[in-house]
Amino acid sequence: MTQALHTPPPTAPAPAEAHDLAALAARHGLSVSGARPSLPEYVRQLVARRHFIGAFATAKLTAQYSQAKLGQVWQVLTPLLNAAVYYFIFGKLLGTSRGIPDYIPFLVTGVFVWTFTQSSIMAGTRAISGNLGLVRALHFPRAALPISFALQQLQQLLFSMAALFVILLCFGIPITASWVLVLPALFLQFTFNAGVAMVMARMGAKTPDIAQLMPFVLRTWMYASGVMFSITAMMAKHKDMPSWVSTALQCNPGAIYIDLMRFALMDSFHANQLPPHVWAIATGWALLAGVGGFIYFWKAEETYGRG
Amino acid sequence: MAEPVNTDIPTVIADAVDIVYRVNGTGAGRGSATAALNRIVRRRKSEQAAGVRKVHAVKKVSFMAYRGEAIGLIGTNGSGKSTLLKAVAGLLPVENGHIYTDGQPSLLGVNAALMNDLTGERNVYLGGLAMGMSREQVKERYQEIVEFSGINEKGDFITLPMRTYSSGMAARLRFSIAAAKDHDVLLIDEALATGDRSFQKRSEARIRELRKHAGTVFLVSHNNKSIRDTCERVLWLERGELRMDGPTDDVLKEYEAFTGEKPKS
Repeated sequence: MTQALHTPPPTAPAPAEAHDLAALAARHGLSVSGARPSLPEYVRQLVARRHFIGAFATAKLTAQYSQAKLGQVWQVLTPLLNAAVYYFIFGKLLGTSRGIPDYIPFLVTGVFVWTFTQSSIMAGTRAISGNLGLVRALHFPRAALPISFALQQLQQLLFSMAALFVILLCFGIPITASWVLVLPALFLQFTFNAGVAMVMARMGAKTPDIAQLMPFVLRTWMYASGVMFSITAMMAKHKDMPSWVSTALQCNPGAIYIDLMRFALMDSFHANQLPPHVWAIATGWALLAGVGGFIYFWKAEETYGRG
Repeated sequence: MAEPVNTDIPTVIADAVDIVYRVNGTGAGRGSATAALNRIVRRRKSEQAAGVRKVHAVKKVSFMAYRGEAIGLIGTNGSGKSTLLKAVAGLLPVENGHIYTDGQPSLLGVNAALMNDLTGERNVYLGGLAMGMSREQVKERYQEIVEFSGINEKGDFITLPMRTYSSGMAARLRFSIAAAKDHDVLLIDEALATGDRSFQKRSEARIRELRKHAGTVFLVSHNNKSIRDTCERVLWLERGELRMDGPTDDVLKEYEAFTGEKPKS
């Protein structure tokens, strides 16, 4: 049953022969190994791996602090310390808090929500290039990786939100019906983050240098998104600035999701501080990034792991 | 190519496969900043000038594997065996040529999915899910996997983080997780050499069992004895080229003459 086949001379096989092999493969119903599945098939495979996505995210999250003495307490402690540092610098030293009621809840919400976007994108950039071992060892739709990293950051945010609720209550912010809006806001932001993470994952897989560049891009984006200051308050101070600058800043996805969260949680943050059609814009960003990012990522599916 | 007169069903067809690795930052001057700048400036020029080195790991390899066959892959270090295996599994894109397979070949191994900071228990779940098993399937096999690995023989180790395991224990757990699933086309990369003698015996038996369920088995090993025991056909790769393809005894005789090694027991 085995053919004694010695090394063929290192010349290209005749085209006819190559054709024969392809035909033979087709006759026996063999498929090309590692070929990119169709988009619906890809979605189906991804849904089949949902448990892996969840387990991988949770595993990464728990593994993070497993060597620390305080263990999982750091999940809450880290964002709190972050918020404390920002409060000290921006609230006390630079005085951006002027004109903003409930500055601490305002700041902490901004920091937590922004951190979710920022770390999802950073983790997404390294999702493929930092996990080549996994990509080269096992079969799964590669989109599972950036989505899983975004999910890990969402779980991290939920820990932060628990701390945030305590802070809000400490500052006497009443629990209102609008707190329910947290859920759709988080859902839209997660979709947006996962989408951008997928775009960055493909770019980072091809050019790993992007991971070095991203912190600078993200920091610039953070300062443009009103994390530690109010865009409306700043615009009120600079009357000479054209109004489209303010609209552009307010409509950027970074600011949109932060302000939606503030609007949902804080009674002192009013609807007039939000841009018009805010939910439509938030949904639009989520759809654009989520669907676009997914298709963009899928287009290069068969190339991940080359290197 | 010898005429495929066999009435057997082919499961893997490799058609003039080329695999090339690209390694960044190996040009003249290696990692120095000026060399890197030079690379950017000369971006449009050939990849060679851009400091990207191509490593041609597998060159024009063609073969056919049939249902029920166990095929050994041999060759000196760096001859492209593992690379070829990964390409058959569809994990490494080929540069030229095609690989056709029946179903989804799987590489036996989950090392990369496991996390040292997690307990053995959670790693069993994570590894199982990573291989594409469902939550229920993992739960069903969990006891079997732990028993097979023998991790709990010396106390309740499965609930400790994997970083506390000895290297042998960790290797045993990894093999046990990987071998828990049945595969159509099974690719094994020197997995037999892990663990102590009693575990090796158990894993050899498990591989034979997997072979019964699998359509075709590929085994990469430097242990000619385990190749003789498991495979009836051998592909010999040298410097990325297929040097010989034939019955185990013929190829191994040539190979042993080539490496100047006396046949092992």
